[in-house]
Amino acid sequence: MSATPLLELRGIDKSFGPVQVLRDVALSVHPGEVTALVGDNGAGKSTLVKCISGIYPTDAGEVLFNGEQVHIGSPRDAATLGIEVVYQDLALCDNLDIVQNMFLGREKHSGIVLDEPTMEQLAAETLAGLSIRTVTSLRQHVSSLSGGQRQTVAIAKAVLWNSKLVILDEPTAALGVAQTAQVLELVRRLADNGLAVVLISHNMNDVFAVSDRIAALYLGQMVAQVKTTDITHAQVVELITAGRSGGLGLATDPGSNGDGPQPADSISGGVR
Amino acid sequence: MTTTAVRKEGPAAVTPPPTVGSHVRNYVSRVRGGDVGALPAVLGLIVLCTVFAIMRPSSFLSAGNFANLFTQGAAVTLIAMGLVFVLLLGEIDLSAGFASGVCAAVLANVVTVLGYPWWVAVLAAVATGVVIGTTLGMLVAKIGIPSFVVTLAGFLAFQGVVLLLVQEGTNISVRDEVLVAIANRNLAPALGWALTAVAVLGYAAVQLLRHRNRAARGLITDPIAVVALRIAGLAVILGTAVYVLNLERSRNVLIVSLKGVPIVVPIIAVLLVIWTFVLQRTSYGRHIYAVGGNREAARRAGIGVDRIRISVFVICSSMAAIGGIVAASRANSVDPNTGGSNVLLYAVGAAVIGGTSLFGGKGRVFDAVLGGAVVAVIENGMGLMGYSAGVKYVVTGVVLLLAASVDALSRRRAAATGTR
Repeated sequence: MSATPLLELRGIDKSFGPVQVLRDVALSVHPGEVTALVGDNGAGKSTLVKCISGIYPTDAGEVLFNGEQVHIGSPRDAATLGIEVVYQDLALCDNLDIVQNMFLGREKHSGIVLDEPTMEQLAAETLAGLSIRTVTSLRQHVSSLSGGQRQTVAIAKAVLWNSKLVILDEPTAALGVAQTAQVLELVRRLADNGLAVVLISHNMNDVFAVSDRIAALYLGQMVAQVKTTDITHAQVVELITAGRSGGLGLATDPGSNGDGPQPADSISGGVR
Repeated sequence: MTTTAVRKEGPAAVTPPPTVGSHVRNYVSRVRGGDVGALPAVLGLIVLCTVFAIMRPSSFLSAGNFANLFTQGAAVTLIAMGLVFVLLLGEIDLSAGFASGVCAAVLANVVTVLGYPWWVAVLAAVATGVVIGTTLGMLVAKIGIPSFVVTLAGFLAFQGVVLLLVQEGTNISVRDEVLVAIANRNLAPALGWALTAVAVLGYAAVQLLRHRNRAARGLITDPIAVVALRIAGLAVILGTAVYVLNLERSRNVLIVSLKGVPIVVPIIAVLLVIWTFVLQRTSYGRHIYAVGGNREAARRAGIGVDRIRISVFVICSSMAAIGGIVAASRANSVDPNTGGSNVLLYAVGAAVIGGTSLFGGKGRVFDAVLGGAVVAVIENGMGLMGYSAGVKYVVTGVVLLLAASVDALSRRRAAATGTR
């Protein structure tokens, strides 16, 4: 674990009109680690990810990447820094094959012609580097892949670009047991290869299986960021549902978290 | 992972080098899985030709009629080629027929009324197509009106524009030699053979180079026998067609000799090659498929979705303009009904019959040519059988419905078998 976090957020605020979705959020993500981002529906996980990936502008706060302050104004900025997001769905085109999907929007050319052999080779190398052995042909359409294979391709797509930080938005939500294990193993391997990984998940088993640190969001506030080994299953659930657990989380001040943020919860849930 | 990892060894090592047998098996399993591709159109074409050949052996099978098929189907095929782009995004352009009419009317006005040379008229017509396409595309992509509504409005408005351009119901004749030649003259037989040789050799070079390039990099290649078969197949089909078209088909050779490949054929062939190249070998084409397959994924991949959506309408209307030029050439004139009546339905039908999906994301420019051939054969054969226009409309409508059903059913089958 290195001393400087790869990505550090300080005091991030984000509102949608009158609804404050993120409030003074701090987060640090280290290379070679899986940081699990947990929180209930509407806690602001997806909004936070969209702020990091440049889809939403933030209202306040600063973002440090490799210790330097950066401004992420668009998904392209994020990609330039080496931040890749793997979304739960909507990430792949069914009618294109694996290679075409992995290079979508960033195709390799020779002249104006697509350089298919190079792309196919690079894709094969990336998949081999991640020890992905579940796809039979790189030229099969994504439509013919299982959910786990799709997620694998989506993750490989994110890794292809020498990315430094990979954010996975509930990668196992729609998967079966074997496929989940497969994807989690891949997530672990990404971190072991030296990448910083942020894993958004609802599933405590997944979180405890692969993560090094857990960051818990509660109603738009970062209530705790701790090492996975220092916390129990039950404590994380308490942090997610109540925002505090023993000495962790919000100070016992019911006024600050009383009725006010409740509507924010439901409305930001719709925004996700 | 442990449960699945033992099965396979690695992405490259998993698949054994394909053989001719595995190639055929793959194709059969794809078809069974709902990816029927061009199969229905090819089968339909064979069935139709067989039926008409049996019913009207002397007239349908004559060389003259074979040449007629091309000139009859040319305008519709060209419009359909443009429509494929729009259909690939899951959009529709109902105004393509009358857009071709408007462009033809512009052509006739520029060349006949204003007296400019033919190439100015052609440029004006295509430019008109570009303007129409840009307008439609902007309305769809930027304002967000469904393409169905925008182009339905265009359908009505352009019908009116054609009427205005040809001065309320008269017609403007097109007498320019070059323009008339497009749909009414033939290539010299020797030139036909030369172009055929160029086409076959070019295709062979592209195929063999790709094969060698991939093999050199250790990537999976199609078996060389399949590649050779493809090249031979193209050579046989083109050779036969050119041979038949080069036969004398004049009824009285003493008065006029009539032989050779109609000039529209190389025009269609060149556009087919260009657009196929654009769709299959450039990022722009790749992005069209991506937007048609999953617009959100395309957007997240950094593709300018709006730009792509506008551009396909521009391509569609420009191709409609070229179709309109061919139609004007064939009729030697432009009247208020140019591009009207069944032209649009035939063009959409041609694209869909050829295998382009109405749901977007699936289709090739070649589909339009194949489907155009089916439409032309129906139109031509039914005419020879002496059926009225009414029967022809009904049959074409039924064929379009059949094609759309094949599209929808194969999609369902593909969803059920997990290949889509």
